[in-house]
Amino acid sequence: MKLITRAATALRRSAVALAGALIAAGSASAQEPIRVGAFLSVTGPAAFLGDPEHKTLEMVVERINTEGGVLGRRLQLFSYDDSGDAEKARTFAKRLLEQDRVDLIVGGSTTGTTMAVVPLVEAAQTPFISLAGAVVIIEPTKKWVFKTPHTDRMACEKIFVDLQARKLSRVALISGSGGFDKSMRAECLKVAPKYSIEVVADETYGAADTDMTAQLTKIRGSNAQAVLNAGFGQGPAIVTRNYRQVGLALPLYQSHGVASMEYVKLSGAAAEGVRLPAAALLVPDLLAANDRQKPVVSSYKRDYETRYKTDVSTFGGHAYDGLMLAIGAIKRAGSTDKAKVRDALETTQGYVGTGGVVNMSASDHMGLDLNAFLMLEVKNGAWSMAR
Amino acid sequence: MGMQWLQYVASGLTAGAIYALVALGFSIVFNASRAINFAQGEFVMIGGMSAVMLVGLGLPLAAAVPLAVLAAVLVGLLLEKLAIEPAAKADTVTLIIITIGAALLLRGLAQLVWDKRVHSLPAFSGDQPLNLLGATVLPQSLWVLGGAAAAVAALSWFFGRTLFGKAMLATSYNPLAAQLVGINTRTVLLASFGLAALLGALGGVLIAPIAFIAYDSGIMLGLKGFAAAMLGGLGSFTGAVLGGLLLGLAEGLGAGFVSSAYKDAIAFVVILAVLFVLPGGLLGARRSDRV
Repeated sequence: MKLITRAATALRRSAVALAGALIAAGSASAQEPIRVGAFLSVTGPAAFLGDPEHKTLEMVVERINTEGGVLGRRLQLFSYDDSGDAEKARTFAKRLLEQDRVDLIVGGSTTGTTMAVVPLVEAAQTPFISLAGAVVIIEPTKKWVFKTPHTDRMACEKIFVDLQARKLSRVALISGSGGFDKSMRAECLKVAPKYSIEVVADETYGAADTDMTAQLTKIRGSNAQAVLNAGFGQGPAIVTRNYRQVGLALPLYQSHGVASMEYVKLSGAAAEGVRLPAAALLVPDLLAANDRQKPVVSSYKRDYETRYKTDVSTFGGHAYDGLMLAIGAIKRAGSTDKAKVRDALETTQGYVGTGGVVNMSASDHMGLDLNAFLMLEVKNGAWSMAR
Repeated sequence: MGMQWLQYVASGLTAGAIYALVALGFSIVFNASRAINFAQGEFVMIGGMSAVMLVGLGLPLAAAVPLAVLAAVLVGLLLEKLAIEPAAKADTVTLIIITIGAALLLRGLAQLVWDKRVHSLPAFSGDQPLNLLGATVLPQSLWVLGGAAAAVAALSWFFGRTLFGKAMLATSYNPLAAQLVGINTRTVLLASFGLAALLGALGGVLIAPIAFIAYDSGIMLGLKGFAAAMLGGLGSFTGAVLGGLLLGLAEGLGAGFVSSAYKDAIAFVVILAVLFVLPGGLLGARRSDRV
């Protein structure tokens, strides 16, 4: 009798323990965070990309968690600094996929680090939203790979459309020797015939070059009607200054790569009249009141600038778009099931972000068209809409 | 065509004047310690970045420039006191490695103290280009050339006419003998770092309005200055100036007539060529070690 009571007590106890464990497990799975992976070039030569991207991801993840998370789950960010090194990016992506078991990856500041990781995410069948520019990332389309920034080809096309509108057809190209510069030069050369643009000069300069008067003197001797500088970093600012120094007065176009106030400041008065394609994020105040992008870019810009006390950059905007696209897809998929999230990403329609309005499809994993770019002109040291 | 020539020469000489200032810094430290100070380029960066910061704080250029140079001199003196002097008994290879470490440290600190962006200083006297025989020259280029010339003149007065300058020279010829006649070679070493920092920083503030300045500008300028010093003959002051100007000209003309994509390669080809053909440089001592 005693024995039976004891057994019953033990049974009851273990039942209570079991129930307790079940409840604990149940609530744990309800709170299991959504694991967002990121590998970014926060330091190193591409730090101007990775740094704002990292800051943006941290800021947005924090905001969403205080607002109650996604599908009732918190977001947990796993972010690594690849310092612009493709080899490191690969190692970190491996860690994200195997150790941190992330649900998806938003990252890859440069085309180099992105492309190094593409085979890994394809094999792991994990959605990956890249923040790098080149067309090769989404062309040919890769099942698990998406990207947010505009491509260099779009920048070329936007500029050529503007040239056509100004009835100019002969353009001189001057480009740097960096990856971005080379890729954009190649894309511009490729699409020029489509817009009946003739490239009459094609000059290059070194990445750390501090004087481009030689190349510009050559361009001055050509019969070009406009000059297009495909460049990144400080080079374009030096080109702009040297351009005025050697007395060139033709219209000068820069790329979206230098679409920042920093470029205007570095170039000083020489930047007057320079045109470049840029995303709406750069000029929230110039947007019409009914512009769909206006609320998004204004609030992101405000949040970022009050929190970090530095100017917002389009690169941070790419990270914002990447994360918001991912969250939108998770919501529509109703889970973090990788295949479902991927399908939801691919069917994204009408997402209004900092980079433009995104309409993805099975053949277009970026989903932006030329309208995502605005043609801006520098006037009195500030941006204005070109017309 | 003639006009293009002049354009290339003008831009070559401007860059060359900066290389000359950096090369002088290499030679001064080399003479005092037999070591190559690979943090020399960082002095250029510190000079330029400090000036940018001071101007940003609202100081007039005329005050910001000397203060920035002074800041770099302080860094140079501290570097010698904290890193080089404690290792005074070490051999030159160790000293060189210490300077490489110091360069990395200074670059890292610059990222923290300032930022990772590219900055520009306002030009000293306007941006309106001058037309010289068909070539366009920025007034700042004249400042660079004039500033470098003034620095070289002051340096030759210092080494030729002052007792301390002569003591520094004596130390470079024979440290032991200099010590025996009562020269404090430690002070000489300290002063050499200060002087090298001064020249580098001067280069930094002069070039910042044209070529911009960033935390990592020191790497390339340091290497170019080193190439110039090697070309002219390490330890020779005239050689450093000559080497700097020649290297700048070679780059300017090379960029104009060949391709500017290879501009940086020119400096390294020069280092290799000097090492193979003329290890002492153009004006360096023809020394041979006794075995």
